[in-house]
Amino acid sequence: MFPAKKIDHGPTMSYLPRVMRRAGGAIVGLASLAIAALTPMPALAQAADEDMWPGIRKDLYAARDIAEEDGAVVLEAPVRADDAALVPITLRVPASVAETAKSLALVIEKNPMPVAATFTFGPAAGSGERVIETRVRVDMYSNIRAVLETSDGKLHMATKYVKAAGGCSAPALKDQEQALAELGKMKLRMREGQQSPLMQEAQVMIRHPNYSGMQMNQLTGLYIPAKYIQSMEVRRGKDVVFEMEGGISLSENPNLRFTYGSGLDNEISVVAKDTSGATYTIRQSPKGS
Amino acid sequence: MLKAGGLGLDRRQLLSGIIGSLLFYRAFPSDAAAHATTLVEVAPGVFVHRGEHAPGYTPANRGDISNCGFVVGGECVAVIDTGGTAAFGKELHQAIRGVTPLPVRYVVNTHMHPDHVLGNAAFRGDGTHFVGHHKLAAALTARAERYIAANKTAAGDEAFAGTEIVLPDMAVETTTSLDLGGRRLELVARRTAHTDNDLTVRDEATGTLFVGDLIFSGHVPALDGSIRGWISLLEELSATPAERIVPGHGPASMPWPAAATPMLQYLQAIATDVRDAIAKGRSMSETMRTAAEGERANWELFDEFHPRNVSAAFAELEWE
Ligand SMILES: [Zn+2]
Repeated sequence: MFPAKKIDHGPTMSYLPRVMRRAGGAIVGLASLAIAALTPMPALAQAADEDMWPGIRKDLYAARDIAEEDGAVVLEAPVRADDAALVPITLRVPASVAETAKSLALVIEKNPMPVAATFTFGPAAGSGERVIETRVRVDMYSNIRAVLETSDGKLHMATKYVKAAGGCSAPALKDQEQALAELGKMKLRMREGQQSPLMQEAQVMIRHPNYSGMQMNQLTGLYIPAKYIQSMEVRRGKDVVFEMEGGISLSENPNLRFTYGSGLDNEISVVAKDTSGATYTIRQSPKGS
Repeated sequence: MLKAGGLGLDRRQLLSGIIGSLLFYRAFPSDAAAHATTLVEVAPGVFVHRGEHAPGYTPANRGDISNCGFVVGGECVAVIDTGGTAAFGKELHQAIRGVTPLPVRYVVNTHMHPDHVLGNAAFRGDGTHFVGHHKLAAALTARAERYIAANKTAAGDEAFAGTEIVLPDMAVETTTSLDLGGRRLELVARRTAHTDNDLTVRDEATGTLFVGDLIFSGHVPALDGSIRGWISLLEELSATPAERIVPGHGPASMPWPAAATPMLQYLQAIATDVRDAIAKGRSMSETMRTAAEGERANWELFDEFHPRNVSAAFAELEWE
């Protein structure tokens, strides 16, 4: 038995998007995020129709040209997300572009922290098609953009409009107790290269709620401060495949499936850090090597 | 909502002929504003209202999209789920008044989903206790804002007026029994299955088991807990006899354990296909388009709920 709790439905979370979007579309620091998340604010009309891209674009890329849909980067996303907190996304950089690919940003325009992740490729990323698959939260109907920077300094962008809502405030963890008991558990799956012997494939998974700062603590009724995987470094042997900077838009239990170039030493090691300073690591070699 | 205002006892025999196994069918006029809550007495003193199958709230359905019911004891009534809005809850309350003057002492919620709990506000007062799984309050609190905001938008202000979250004041840790006056209900808090706060209610007098959304019929199931947990719980419950069950979505009453068969078939088809896809290295999005496609013909609202069930199962089973 416990006393009934009064829930105040008044404030919505819409203040948070504003605060954070105004912060510029770049990754907002943890401190401001946590404060924003804990400060109750009056409901604001949701800026559903507002075009966020000009502001985000300016913050991220200033006045640089961006070539749209030129095929240098391909983005796959569902038209309508079945679960706004778990939207599968695939990013592809074709083999013809791969060796000049420098970094790749995934931007969910109307999310409170629009940059879901930025991948900076290293020498082990390989010369075949580069594929990264992950799962994101989508807070309201939004354009999702993949922006590739190539070594000549040019920017290339692919865009998809995704219908989904509520992904950032949806409670993480369907079975909270079990998931928290396993927090930090990692798994690395390795696969033979699907495209050619030159490329390998792996998938890294981390049990982590990736708290967005917009979710409610089930016991206190207060917002849970943001706590999310902030960085991940993936190496093949000693060489970097990619370094990722992450945000709250990555789904709970962050999950990345990626390609990498074959090397002499195909052991993969992953070092992930969350915003609380915790570090999670795993390493593994492909079967039979 | 079924328009049943014109149905009276004259049509009872006709209707019971159509409905078959149901004991009888009555329409109880509720409020003067033309809504009437149709009730089926599935066993003596056990009444069920069947919600319509819909992908979500609309102004027309007013959140009346799941089954709810009540059991009349010697001294009081227990309501099991309350529909999706205060407006619907009020109609249900009035329909109960058409059956018995006894007070509603308990409102039992089978789990957190809005279409089962958001009618609670209509039963507040008069010392009514709200009863749920010990994880219900937490689960509902975490989703409260979203449930209110999204469903208010979908239903419209008018249909949604007065709708609020009412949390349980009695939490069931493992099992509890409620005494309705010479009639007992046995409540069992289940492990994570459809959600992490599923509760079943058995009326001892008639052997009627309210299973909430552990059973869907017609309406494709919606997975918001654990596919492994749901399959194993249904296997376990199937071995437990009941005269009949009341599903969360589907007919007012169904034979048991036969009602579990299509559910288990559906969930196992997903689990099998998803495990196979994971083993073969297929992606989540590809698997969402292919897993358990053979089940499509067996269910309504397949496109609305099935891909999400697959992605939830995928995210769970890839940790095996
Ligand atoms: Zn449900």
